[in-house]
Amino acid sequence: MQFNHKDLLDLDVLNAGEITQILDTADSFKEVSERKIKKVPALRGTTVANMFFEPSTRTRISFELAEKRLSADSVNFSKMTSSVVKGESLRDTAENIQAMKVDIVVMRHSSSGAHQFLSEFLDASIINAGDGQHAHPTQALLDMMTLKQRWGTFEGKRVTIIGDIMHSRVARSNIWGLTTMGVAVTVCGPPTMMPVDVEKLGTGSVTDEYDLHKAVEGADAVNILRIQLERQKAVLFPSTREYFDVFGVTPAVLDEAPKHCIVMHPGPMNRGVEISQDIADGDRAVILEQVTNGVAVRMAVLFLLAGGKIEESDIR
Amino acid sequence: MITWKDKREFWIMGAKLADPEAGRLRTGSILVQRGRIEDIVWQREVETDLPVLEADQYLVAPGFIDIHVHLREPGYEEKETIATGTAAAAAGGFTAVACMANTKPAIDDPSVIEYVNKKAEQCANCRVYVIAAVTKGLEGKVINEYHLLKEAGAVALSDDGKHVTNSQVMRSALEYAGMFGLTVIAHCEDAFLVSGSQINESFTSTRLGLKGAPAAAEEIAVSRDIRLAQLTGSRLHVAHVSTAGAVDLVKRAKKKGLPVTAEATPHHLTMDDSLLMDYNTNLKVNPPLRGVDDMKALVAAVRDGTIDCIATDHAPHNEIDKQVEFDQAPPGMIGLQTAFAQLHTELVLCGALDLVELVRCLTVKPAEVLGLPGGRLRAGDAADLVVIDPREEWTFERAMVRSKSINTPLLGKAFTGRVQGVFLEGKWQSAILGERS
Repeated sequence: MQFNHKDLLDLDVLNAGEITQILDTADSFKEVSERKIKKVPALRGTTVANMFFEPSTRTRISFELAEKRLSADSVNFSKMTSSVVKGESLRDTAENIQAMKVDIVVMRHSSSGAHQFLSEFLDASIINAGDGQHAHPTQALLDMMTLKQRWGTFEGKRVTIIGDIMHSRVARSNIWGLTTMGVAVTVCGPPTMMPVDVEKLGTGSVTDEYDLHKAVEGADAVNILRIQLERQKAVLFPSTREYFDVFGVTPAVLDEAPKHCIVMHPGPMNRGVEISQDIADGDRAVILEQVTNGVAVRMAVLFLLAGGKIEESDIR
Repeated sequence: MITWKDKREFWIMGAKLADPEAGRLRTGSILVQRGRIEDIVWQREVETDLPVLEADQYLVAPGFIDIHVHLREPGYEEKETIATGTAAAAAGGFTAVACMANTKPAIDDPSVIEYVNKKAEQCANCRVYVIAAVTKGLEGKVINEYHLLKEAGAVALSDDGKHVTNSQVMRSALEYAGMFGLTVIAHCEDAFLVSGSQINESFTSTRLGLKGAPAAAEEIAVSRDIRLAQLTGSRLHVAHVSTAGAVDLVKRAKKKGLPVTAEATPHHLTMDDSLLMDYNTNLKVNPPLRGVDDMKALVAAVRDGTIDCIATDHAPHNEIDKQVEFDQAPPGMIGLQTAFAQLHTELVLCGALDLVELVRCLTVKPAEVLGLPGGRLRAGDAADLVVIDPREEWTFERAMVRSKSINTPLLGKAFTGRVQGVFLEGKWQSAILGERS
């Protein structure tokens, strides 16, 4: 079945069938990373440009590995070492890269909507690796892949997302993906960091609860967001020690959650701020599984956008 | 399309005349003589040997007056100039505009007023009235020389683009301006609440991952400025009202008999923030487009007179500025050329606003707010008139844009009702490209 979209900008335009297609494709590719020779020819001859206008280690490496394992040719562009420093506009940067006949552009940018803007100038397929506070679809997909592996099914499940929801593209994309698959979502965080009408996001049930102990009741998984309290945010929340006391996920907090509740985190973690040391290293945390699944999910997305259909020869 | 060669004396025959003072439409004929309205006769036909412009398919009204326009000159001539901005104005049916002070240098010195007036004399396509800054450099710290600025020709004061955050400064400004009968036009927003914001704070901002400015930010500032107008007894005009809450505040102020007037833009009257879902930077404005309820409250406020007049806040930005990531784009859209067509199509034709009321809001009402001449159909007044074909269906295309900038979401939009041109002191200017007599 052809994947019906030219780009992957956000999960809000995907239906349950399409999300399932991506996750199933990711399953097939997961095995490739277990092999001795971690390479399949599926995307041989395809050119991918990684344009990271925002610093990123894990997402960028994850995409690079995904591209290389699919035998694609990938080139990297990062803001600091590029013409953007000389004042070249986003549009010009993109059009120049396109002139080199790139097939797929993977972009991370600090402005919400940057990908929407770019899709007006690029013929290449665009994969959103994070735009401002708006969306991070591949993160949500790898989160869901991890949940599916642990749960088996999405129906009837509940996820509690904890943190600065207002500034989180991970939260937004998770809300879209999870509700589409029938998962109920609770969002928990300081009221100053909760966006207006958050309960209207997604296609299902989203509940806003600022009491962390109440928020984790009945949760089949918690997704803990990294909290950054740099100077600007001081207007929104007073201190990290207070954050840990009120919103930090500790064993005591998880006692309120079902025994089978798993712990997720998009990384990088601030141990002792949003997540306690015990929980981070404990056996309920699936954080490293998320990272592994990340490569598989990105291989799947690249493959599907390049027009791929899984054949035996692609994964031999 | 009207083809007309200028004549010293002529009749505009048998048009539907919109008389904003009488508040009605009536068939009539206007005699124009040496640039003035010599006579108005309420008849379809008049016996005459003079040249005649047959106008029975047209609506004729006093030339529109826009009291909130950014002409960008001096300093930002790459976005717009007095010549191009007034060309856009004339093409939109406006025979007069009042230009805002946030130029470079700002209009905060008599010399800059002189510059603008001279330039306008040389090349403007409509009348230009100058609004001077409330504070020096629009910095909000010290009040300007209102006497000297008025002597140089300033018709009002505004730091538009910014709010005067220091309440003591705003109080002084109102008090001192009152001495010269100058109205202070306030751009109302709480600077701290709106800092970093890109659009209205609502589900749309949540959806798009953009920082939003809550309606309260405007209402807090409106409330403060109204209170200061009350304290000082000086005239306050609230620029571009955009929220239902602000409408309410203005209504209550008027009930108390306070010297407060208000305006709304065509875009706030016809567009809500749900249109921003595709991050179109041409819809990024300040104050931002608000929710549907705010839009409806504004339209009702125009109907009941709480909003005195309509002003476009014509804010040109060129493609280089607007074709960037949403949060990098400066706010503003052009609007002079499309104001009437947009309001006629979206509000008049569906019955939300009466045609004569629309004309009043574009003519006599803005004239009254700032004490400007014109805006009336009166014998003896200058022959500043707009000729409209209310039934013409047309599409606003890029080639038609007279402004130097094209930052409008209305390119490609179909309208019903088209300005054919204006008479400026009896001289015809066609609004339809290529036509200049």
